[in-house]
Amino acid sequence: MARLGKNLTTMDLSYISISDSANLLAGRELSSLELTRYALERIERVDPHVGAFLLPTPEVALQQAAAADERLARGLGGPLTGIPMALKDILSTDGIRTTCGSRILADYVPKYDATVVERLRAAGAVLLGKTNMDEFAMGSSTENSAFGPVHNPWDLTRVPGGSSGGSAAAVAAGETIYALGTDTGGSIRQPAALTGTVGLKPTYGRVSRYGLVAFASSLDQIGPLTRSVEDAAIVLGAIAGYDPRDSTALDAPVPDYTAALSAGVRELRLGVPREYLSEGLAPGVRDVFMQACRLYQDLGAKIDEVSLPYTEYALSTYYIISPAEAMANLARYDGVRYGLTVEGEDVWQMYAHTRDQGFGKEVKRRILLGTYALSSGYYDAYYLKAQRVRTLVRRDFEAAFERVDAILAPTSPTVAFRLGERVSNPLEMYLSDVYTVPINIAGICAISIPGGFSEDLPVGVQIVGKPLDEPAILRIAAAFERATPFHRQRPPLQVPV
Amino acid sequence: MSEVSPVIGLEVHAQLLTRSKMFCGCAAKYFDAPPNSHVCAICAGMPGSLPVINRTAVHYTVSTALALNCTVETESKFDRKNYSYPDIPKGYQISQYDMPIGRNGWLDYRLDGQTLRCGITRVHLEEDTGKSLHTTVDGREVSLVDYNRSGVPLMEIVTEPQLSSPGAARQFFEALRQLLVYLGVSDGKLQEGSMRADVNVSLAPANGAPGTKVEIKNLNSFRSVERALAFELERQRESLANGKPIVQETRGWSEERGITISQRTKEYAHDYRYFPEPDLPPLIMTRALVDELEASLPELPAQRLDRLQNEYALSTYTARVLTGEKELSEFFEEVLRTAPELQPVTVANWVTGDLVRLSKDSARPVSESRISPASFGRLLLLVQSNAISGTAAKQVLEAMFETGEDPHVIVNRQDLGQIVEPTALKALVERVLDENPEMVADYRRGKINVDKALMGKIIASSKGKASPQLVTEILQRKLASDI
Repeated sequence: MARLGKNLTTMDLSYISISDSANLLAGRELSSLELTRYALERIERVDPHVGAFLLPTPEVALQQAAAADERLARGLGGPLTGIPMALKDILSTDGIRTTCGSRILADYVPKYDATVVERLRAAGAVLLGKTNMDEFAMGSSTENSAFGPVHNPWDLTRVPGGSSGGSAAAVAAGETIYALGTDTGGSIRQPAALTGTVGLKPTYGRVSRYGLVAFASSLDQIGPLTRSVEDAAIVLGAIAGYDPRDSTALDAPVPDYTAALSAGVRELRLGVPREYLSEGLAPGVRDVFMQACRLYQDLGAKIDEVSLPYTEYALSTYYIISPAEAMANLARYDGVRYGLTVEGEDVWQMYAHTRDQGFGKEVKRRILLGTYALSSGYYDAYYLKAQRVRTLVRRDFEAAFERVDAILAPTSPTVAFRLGERVSNPLEMYLSDVYTVPINIAGICAISIPGGFSEDLPVGVQIVGKPLDEPAILRIAAAFERATPFHRQRPPLQVPV
Repeated sequence: MSEVSPVIGLEVHAQLLTRSKMFCGCAAKYFDAPPNSHVCAICAGMPGSLPVINRTAVHYTVSTALALNCTVETESKFDRKNYSYPDIPKGYQISQYDMPIGRNGWLDYRLDGQTLRCGITRVHLEEDTGKSLHTTVDGREVSLVDYNRSGVPLMEIVTEPQLSSPGAARQFFEALRQLLVYLGVSDGKLQEGSMRADVNVSLAPANGAPGTKVEIKNLNSFRSVERALAFELERQRESLANGKPIVQETRGWSEERGITISQRTKEYAHDYRYFPEPDLPPLIMTRALVDELEASLPELPAQRLDRLQNEYALSTYTARVLTGEKELSEFFEEVLRTAPELQPVTVANWVTGDLVRLSKDSARPVSESRISPASFGRLLLLVQSNAISGTAAKQVLEAMFETGEDPHVIVNRQDLGQIVEPTALKALVERVLDENPEMVADYRRGKINVDKALMGKIIASSKGKASPQLVTEILQRKLASDI
């Protein structure tokens, strides 16, 4: 059997895909320990410049890799067995610190695994570490992390997007083969777009939220960040499915997401929402998007204009509903049971001190927004109205999906912006998610794939699907990927050897 | 000063008798358990944990709403009630706001021999909170929290303000407790905190305008409901008489001092910022399920009262005492089932008399005594067959209540069996008459009460074991025949 053996040191495993790794592992040409050590070394070299990881977990990783190798030796491996991955630090990990990017949970060590973590563990995954993020997933640049920002591997002076910026950057920088992120208003897709990776936000309820530390419960969803569409399909297959511990999880069978990847787009009807090509869209991003549409046409798809008239209200709706839910979800961080405690004269003072010192500015802003929106006398004008608009946004999509099989859209209106560029302007920051938020509001699925480049920076293209129609968007994404080289392009990451 | 009348409404909280908590798998029964021993990620509000609705708790609440003659919609939902306190681990309580499980019902109760009706505004389901404990540890004043109670299913029943006196409020509360115990949804143990009440009270002027409402929170006995209301009404009357308006506020009740104390005025009232619980889908039930729950409602107190009177020819009073406690009426019927040859009225008298007295004296419910309906029946059979006297039976019953022993064992050990054998009794009578010739002579001279004195001597000489009924017969015969 041809072993890579000595060649390992020369072979670049940084950008290997899940299926290629799995083949090497299954063929015993590579061991999980080798692959894991490789990744850990890469993290050690690269991450001081990127800042993707909040907590590398080398001991856990090596232990899991050894166990995976045993399992592989007995021929019991699955598609993810022995393959290194990273988790956004908002997913509860038993015995492993989970900070949510917040000072208030800086020392919090959960006593249980999130359902997705449990499923990945059972699949034999190898945990490299927990990734950086905007505090409690609130942000679009990962600059809201209490533990320092993440740098975009394509340009270290730029943001990787957010809130799953650590997961996206780690995948883009070749530090991990895949990572899990969470997406409440675009937090997987926008960083995927800005880092040239694949990011999938599944249908609300497709993946159990049990153990996902809640930001906005009715919008949060866990999904993969990968370097290829096929990898996204493989990871989704492993984490999706019914969970009795999450009452909002859908009890629908999990299809083989890899099955239809090569089916192509011939005769498929793809819609382009008129409202998404608005003035906020950067010309370079617009060009990439129009090219992507033409390519789909060349591939045999039928492109149609569709209208989503309530799009312009989606963002404001999002900024009522998500802070309202966040206000309640974050009320538990009071210094009584876990996390940061800052003493005070009495319990009320302790609450005030703990939360004042524990939460960052953006989190406080959203708690105040949510408190205001739900306050007596304002409920009807804000929260109730937002819920009504939510229904209208959902109907927009339903109407569009009567005419088309999927919708094509830009993921982010701009390429990665510079660190610090938008921190002082929350509204401008919020606009980063203008094309992703409506999908969360509607509870449907979408994937962002590398669509090309503008100013030498990656641009994402988003494919939006009907509820539970992940197989379709993956298939449409895969067709584009086969026809383009963008996903194979590597960031010019200069790392000292 | 114009005439004012009390307007009282109740909010009763009852923990439901489910095996597990409202939204997690922890045991719901926590009484006496070490602090924080019935706690998991969900009921401790750990980050990322999610609630799952306890189906049984929903069914119990639907059954209660139906038994309270409420309208039960098939669609309901849970909401978050947001407020901060160390004993609520999530910073909000999952409750029901604008779509409670039951609405617009009523319950009848008795007051001073009359049947009165009080409207039920709503019945909803929520989770109980943890418990704060303020104490001193190592000389330092600290607050501790026990989350065992956190997440226990809690049903809230809100009445219309239709109770017109402290006594009415108490009687209603008792009737409601009785109903919940009959339904099997609550253990009704106020002393253990599994049922408690908040009361709203105001004085309405005669012109029909509403008075200013005061809420008294956390009353945990029937007595404190009555006392707190009596005190509060007096306080309000006095206040009005002195020209001082009533302040809308929340007050607490001090059992020791017998007074209500202001806790929070309206300006500091919480804004609970209710909104639908996003972690739980709307609560949708089928009409068939509601119908099925209605059809499977157990016999309720009013129905049982009627049935006991009709089936066993019991007086209204006796039937009321029996049905007052569900377990008492069940005990009664179980005795008759195991010993059908007993007279129902006799059994009822023994149950409502001696058994209830023993239960009250020992502050132990009949169900927690060691006496079984079957052994109780065997005891009454001994009395019916004259094998023991009524007096001895009371003595045996006391022993049974403590030890749970069979009545025959106690009778034998304590030698309480009656002498009923005719020749032995005749010999006893003759010996006493022989020893007391002067008394016999007195009797014959017509002196009264001599026969009673002789009776006493005969019974005493048998060490109390001679059957009084049979001795009387023999003695009368003897005294008469020798004339």
